[in-house]
Amino acid sequence: MDWNWVFFIILAAITVTSAVAAVITSHIVRMAFYLVVCLGGVAGLFFLAGAYFLGAVQLMVYVGGTVVLIAFGVMLTARTPFVRMQTTPDQWLLGLATAATLSAVLVQANLRFPRPADPPPAVTEPAVSPGGLGTALLGLRIDAASPAEEGTDGAASLGLAYLLPFELVSVHLLTVLIGAAYLARPRRPTGTESEGRREAAWGQSGGPDAALAALAAAQDGGS
Amino acid sequence: MADWLIRQFGGDAASPWAWVVYAGVALFQAVVILAVVMTIVAFATWVERKVAGRIQDRLGPTRVGGRFGWLQPLADGLKLLCKEDLIPRDADGFLFRLAPYAAFAPAFAVFLALPFADGWVAQHLNIAVFFILAVAGLEVFGIILGGYASGSKWSLLGAMREGAQVVSYEVPLTFSAVIPVLIAGTMDLTAIGNMQRGWFWNWFLFHDPFTFAAFWIYMTCATAGTNRAPFDLAEAESELVAGFHTEYSGFRWSAFYMGEYASMTAFSGLAAILFLGGWNGPIPVLSAVGLTAASGPLAGFLGNLLGSVNFLAKCLAGVVFMMWLRWTLPRLRIDQVIAMCWKYCFPLVCAAFVGAVLWTYFFPGGLIFGRPLGTVPEVASPSAPRVAAAGAANRAGNGGGRTIASAPQAAGEGRGSYRAGSAALGAEGSRPKSVPEGRSGG
Amino acid sequence: MIDPPLTQIPLAAYLLVGVVLFVTGITCMIAKRNLIGILIGIELVLNAGTINLAAMSSPFVAGSSLPPLDGQIFALFVILLAAAEAAAALAIALTFYGGYATIDVDHGDRLKG
Repeated sequence: MDWNWVFFIILAAITVTSAVAAVITSHIVRMAFYLVVCLGGVAGLFFLAGAYFLGAVQLMVYVGGTVVLIAFGVMLTARTPFVRMQTTPDQWLLGLATAATLSAVLVQANLRFPRPADPPPAVTEPAVSPGGLGTALLGLRIDAASPAEEGTDGAASLGLAYLLPFELVSVHLLTVLIGAAYLARPRRPTGTESEGRREAAWGQSGGPDAALAALAAAQDGGS
Repeated sequence: MADWLIRQFGGDAASPWAWVVYAGVALFQAVVILAVVMTIVAFATWVERKVAGRIQDRLGPTRVGGRFGWLQPLADGLKLLCKEDLIPRDADGFLFRLAPYAAFAPAFAVFLALPFADGWVAQHLNIAVFFILAVAGLEVFGIILGGYASGSKWSLLGAMREGAQVVSYEVPLTFSAVIPVLIAGTMDLTAIGNMQRGWFWNWFLFHDPFTFAAFWIYMTCATAGTNRAPFDLAEAESELVAGFHTEYSGFRWSAFYMGEYASMTAFSGLAAILFLGGWNGPIPVLSAVGLTAASGPLAGFLGNLLGSVNFLAKCLAGVVFMMWLRWTLPRLRIDQVIAMCWKYCFPLVCAAFVGAVLWTYFFPGGLIFGRPLGTVPEVASPSAPRVAAAGAANRAGNGGGRTIASAPQAAGEGRGSYRAGSAALGAEGSRPKSVPEGRSGG
Repeated sequence: MIDPPLTQIPLAAYLLVGVVLFVTGITCMIAKRNLIGILIGIELVLNAGTINLAAMSSPFVAGSSLPPLDGQIFALFVILLAAAEAAAALAIALTFYGGYATIDVDHGDRLKG
C-alpha cells in the first residue's frame, strides 16, 4: 500500500459518492453541487495520473465554466425557489434497470480486461509537459510517438499530430458561441401567454439586471 | 520544501509506511500555508481599515493593542465568533452551511502552487500559472451557492451578478496573465520568477510597453475578479442590502470575507511573480552580498527568507493598490461593469497580446536595457563556482570585480525543466542565445 | 519536484470509476425529467470517457497502452466540446423556457402531432 493507492482510493471514493448522490437527490442545485464535487474528484484523478494540464483544464473549463453555466440555467429557468424534480417510480424503475444492465455489461468487460500478471512495476517517468501538448496541437510531435516511428526525425511524426482537429474544435466553438447567443437572444414580447415572464422583462426594461429583478421578485412572491 | 521534508523523514517509497510520511508532510504544509494565509488576511483587514481611514481623513483603528490598533483583527475575529449563527427558515440549510467553505477553500488552495521564494513552494507544478487561475475561478461557485441557498432575492441577485461578472472577467484576466507566460516560455512560476533576476528592468513589467499595459489590465481584472469595489456589484449595499451574504452572519460570513482577502492576496502574488520580479528585489543586493543558493545552504536559506519578504512586500503593495481603488472610486453600475470587461479590457488585452508577440519576435531583448531572452542573468560572486566558466570570458573584459554575466551554462543547469522543454521545441531559434553580455555592477 | 518510484495503479481501477460515472450519468438522463438534470447526466457520461482516456495514456497506470500525448489531447477535445455542448444546451433550455414556461422535457411534445 503506497500513497498512490491511498490518494486514488480517496479521490475515487469522492468521485463515485458524489456521482451517485447527484443522481439520487431531487434538488437541482444540490445536483449541480454534487456535480462540482464529482468533477473536482475527476480532476484529482487526472493529477494522480500525471495529466497535470488536463486536470487544470478540467478545473477551469468544467468546474469554473460549465457548472457555473448550469447554475445560471437553473436560476434563469426557476419558477419557484429550490426547484425539485419529481421522478415517478416507473422512471426510477426504468433507470435502475438500465443502470443494473449497463453495469453488469461494463463490469464484465472490465473484468475481462487483461491484467498484468506480476506485480506492476514502479515508474519514475515524468509527466507530460504542457509544451508537448501545445506543440502536438500545433502539428508537431516531440515525444517518441510510437515504436514504429522511432529512428525517424521529427518531420516524420507530423501525421500523428492534431492541427486539423484543433482548428475544427476552434471553429466549432465559435459556431456554438454564435448559435447559443442567437438562440438565447432577447425577443420582443408578442403578447402571447407563452412568452413567459423572463422575456417580457427583457423586452420592456432591457438589460439582464431588470430580468433578474423580475425573476427574483417572482421567486420572492412564490415563497 | 516538500522534497526536503520528505527526505528528512525518510520518505522512502520502498518502505510500507511511506504514505504516512507523505500524508504527514502534506498536512504539515497545509497547516503552514493556512497559518501564513490567515496571518496575511488578518493583517490585510487591519491595513484596509487604516487605508480607508487615511483616505477618508480619519485615523482608523487606534485603540486595540496600542497606538496603531494592531490587535484590531483579533478583536474583529473574536466578535465574529461570538455572534449569533443564523440560518433563515426558508434557506436551503445544507447548501447554506456548505457555501462559505466552498468559497474559502479555493482561495486557500491557490497558495498550494504559489512560490514564496525560489523553491519555497508547497507543490512545484510545471503549470502553476494555469492551476492558480483555474482554482481561483472556483471561488465564484461558493458565492453563487450561498446566494442561491439563502432564499432571499437580494442574495440571489448578488450571486447572479457575481457569476456574470467573474465569468466575464476571467477572460481578460487569463489573457493578460498569458502575456508574461508567452515571454517566459513556461508556466512554471518558479522559473518565471528566476528569469526576472537582476535589476528591476529585467522584470516583465518593463519588458516592453505591452507588458506594462497588460499589468494594469491584469490588476483591473483581478480587482473585478475578486469582487472588490468599484466592481463589487455582488454586494452593492446601496441596492442589494449586502448582496450574496445578506443572510450570513458570524463565522460563516467571515469565511466569505477571508476568502475575499485570501484571493486578493493570491491575485496580487501572481501579479508579483508574473510582472514584478517575484522574490527578486529591484536591485540585486542579495546576489551582490552572496546570499544565493550557490554560496551554501545557509546563505541560500537566508537569501530565500529575504526573497520571500520581498515577495510578501510586493503582494501587500498589490493589495493596498486594490484598497486604494476601493476607497477612491465610486461604484459602477452592472452594465458598466460588463461593458468595461468586454468593450475595453478584452480588446485592449488582445491588442497587448498581439503587440507582445510582435515585440518578442522583433526585439527579443526586451526594452532598452534588456538581456537576451532565454538566458537567466546571473550575478556572479567570486565564490560561485558554477558561473566561473562562463564568467571567465567576461571578467577578462572588465577586469574582475563583481560581474553581472548572463551565463547560458548557468541558465541551463538552473532549476527548471522549462529549459529542456523549450529547447526541445526549438522555440528559441530566433533568439540570440549565446551572447554573454558583461556589465560591471556593484 | 521529487519523483519517487510509484506503484502503478491497474487500469481496471480507473475504468471502474469510469463505469460508475457512465452508469450514473445514463441513469440520471433516464430518471430526471428536467432539462438541466439531463444535461448534468450528459456531463457525467462525458467525464467517464475522459477518465478512461486519461488513464489509458498515463505512465502511472499499469496496462495503459496509448502514448502519453494522445489520450490527453483527446480528453482535452472532449472537455472543450462538452463546454460547447453545455452552452448550446443551456441556450436551448432558455428558449424552451421562453416557449413553455417550464423546462420539463415531457411538456415539449408539440411536434408529436
